[in-house]
Amino acid sequence: MQDIAASMPMTQVAPRDRSRLIVPVLLFATLALAPLLGLVGPDRYVLALFTRCVIFAIAALGLDLALGSGGLVSFDHAAFIGIGAYAAGILTASGIDDAFLLLFAALATSGFFALATGAISLKTRGVHFIMITLAFGQMAYFVANSLKAYGGDDGLTLANRSTIFGRDLLADHRVFFYVSLAMLLAVYLFARAVVRSRFGRVLRGAKENETRIAAIGFDPYPFRLVAFVISGMIAGLAGFLLAEQSEFVSPAFMTWQRSGDLIIMVMLGGMASLDGAILGALFVVLTEELLSGFTEHWRVIFGPFLVLVVLFARGGLLGLLTGRRHG
Amino acid sequence: MADDLLRLEHVSKSFGALRVTDAVSLDIPKGELHALIGPNGAGKTSLIHQISGWIACDSGRIVFDGEEVTGLKMHARARRGLVRSFQITSILPRFTALENVALAVQSRSGSSLRFFGDASREPKLNGEAMQALRHVGLAEQAHRIAGTLSYGEKRGLELALALALEPKLLLLDEPMAGVGAGDGEALVGVLRDLKAHCTILLIEHDMQAVFALADRISVLVNGAIMVTGKPDNVRADAQVRAAYLGEAA
Ligand SMILES: Nc1ncnc2c1ncn2[C@@H]1O[C@H](COP(=O)(O)OP(=O)(O)OP(=O)(O)O)[C@@H](O)[C@H]1O
Ligand SMILES: [Mg+2]
Repeated sequence: MQDIAASMPMTQVAPRDRSRLIVPVLLFATLALAPLLGLVGPDRYVLALFTRCVIFAIAALGLDLALGSGGLVSFDHAAFIGIGAYAAGILTASGIDDAFLLLFAALATSGFFALATGAISLKTRGVHFIMITLAFGQMAYFVANSLKAYGGDDGLTLANRSTIFGRDLLADHRVFFYVSLAMLLAVYLFARAVVRSRFGRVLRGAKENETRIAAIGFDPYPFRLVAFVISGMIAGLAGFLLAEQSEFVSPAFMTWQRSGDLIIMVMLGGMASLDGAILGALFVVLTEELLSGFTEHWRVIFGPFLVLVVLFARGGLLGLLTGRRHG
Repeated sequence: MADDLLRLEHVSKSFGALRVTDAVSLDIPKGELHALIGPNGAGKTSLIHQISGWIACDSGRIVFDGEEVTGLKMHARARRGLVRSFQITSILPRFTALENVALAVQSRSGSSLRFFGDASREPKLNGEAMQALRHVGLAEQAHRIAGTLSYGEKRGLELALALALEPKLLLLDEPMAGVGAGDGEALVGVLRDLKAHCTILLIEHDMQAVFALADRISVLVNGAIMVTGKPDNVRADAQVRAAYLGEAA
């Protein structure tokens, strides 16, 4: 049996579609050039805004692994962001400001929290899963509120940005932006590999048809748990960057609305498409910025728009742009 | 018996007041093609659900390949070579036909906790998947999205998914239901080939196919096995004729 397979020409592999590279290349090129806007406008404001875009794109990519590929509607992700942020904030407050240490602490704590909450939440599916992750997310929120030593509900101001080998390279806003962008690229490439890997294929299969996946011998649980932990750690990374950027952490990072915003980014951009998650994050952050300039009730405008996209563009914004329907 | 591949001991299951499986005991030796027939609603599919681990039985024991599997979940039984197909087609509709089957191959070839490397380009997985597709006559459709295949093609894919797992025991739930006459004949041919490689428990309403293929036949009525025997004996059994084959005794 084997020898026939081996002698077969490699026609079984569908040709690679180069056109799929256009969107990510455009996205990253646009982001890389965004600081040029600072030449015509307020430089610091532009940098801060686009750094925020990049950071939320990282968080959205993280959620996309759980939601887009795994079908896990998690309201835990704001907590992962918050935990990553607090890890950085608390260490900085105790006088440790080495960027690698802070990053490690952010990843470890958010990863651990994702493992502990995921192990329990993933025993359930559907609405129950949503409710349990929401409960864990709220728990983290209230714990952060009660951290009196670290500002309680007022939050905690960081004395300084972290240092790399003792040098304060990240203090420069432009450097910080490009460091964040490099992280986004790294996360994007990593997530792409994971989605296409053997692991990712089982994960995607379990989202489509759990029964079939079990019938061919896979238990979806460990795959979902690993995906949830990876996803949570990526959100933790975003939290670390957010704390560094604003030099501030607060329980407001962890509200369930923030988790909702992340879900909106992923769904709006186009589910199960990593490009879509980045696009969705850019769109939400920029729209919020723009509309909240006019009115504090910007969600009143944004809400109906969202409903329209969900109703009429099943591939999300990315689907609208490329005329394709992604997963 | 030592060479029984599957052994059911007083397996019972109720849905509320309905006793859907009633103290079923059955031995299937290695290499046998055993047909399970019975009227609609007799509990054939429910029995397959229990053997495959999709639902748990209330009481009784299921022994597979010398090992008790009663408490194991479906995925664990599948890994041991106890593989099933579904009466209601169950595929991954947004994957290509090839990727559906390649994922089944992946399940028995090495670890799936690999995070790098494009799985859809692994020649070994694709090669063996292609072979299973060719077996059921779907090689031409390999790159089509499974959800867009015709009903008959989906039935073929369902079978290819099971074949790709190289099962020791194959539980087939009406593989021919609803496929046209020509495809049905082709499927009988496929099953005949398969007999040489694995043990099969076949549920099928097509009596011609059943009597042509089966080594032994069990008749299930109201959740209980009424008779088990060689095709000729079953055909001659007056009770069976009355209960199932629709003739006056
Ligand atoms: N989950 C369930 N809950 C309650 N009743 C069920 C359930 N599943 C099946 N039944 C009932 O159990 C009986 C047996 O069903 P089953 O599907 O096993 O029959 P079958 O022999 O496979 O029939 P067919 O030839 O039509 O496929 C039917 O009356 C069915 O309605
Ligand atoms: Mg049935």
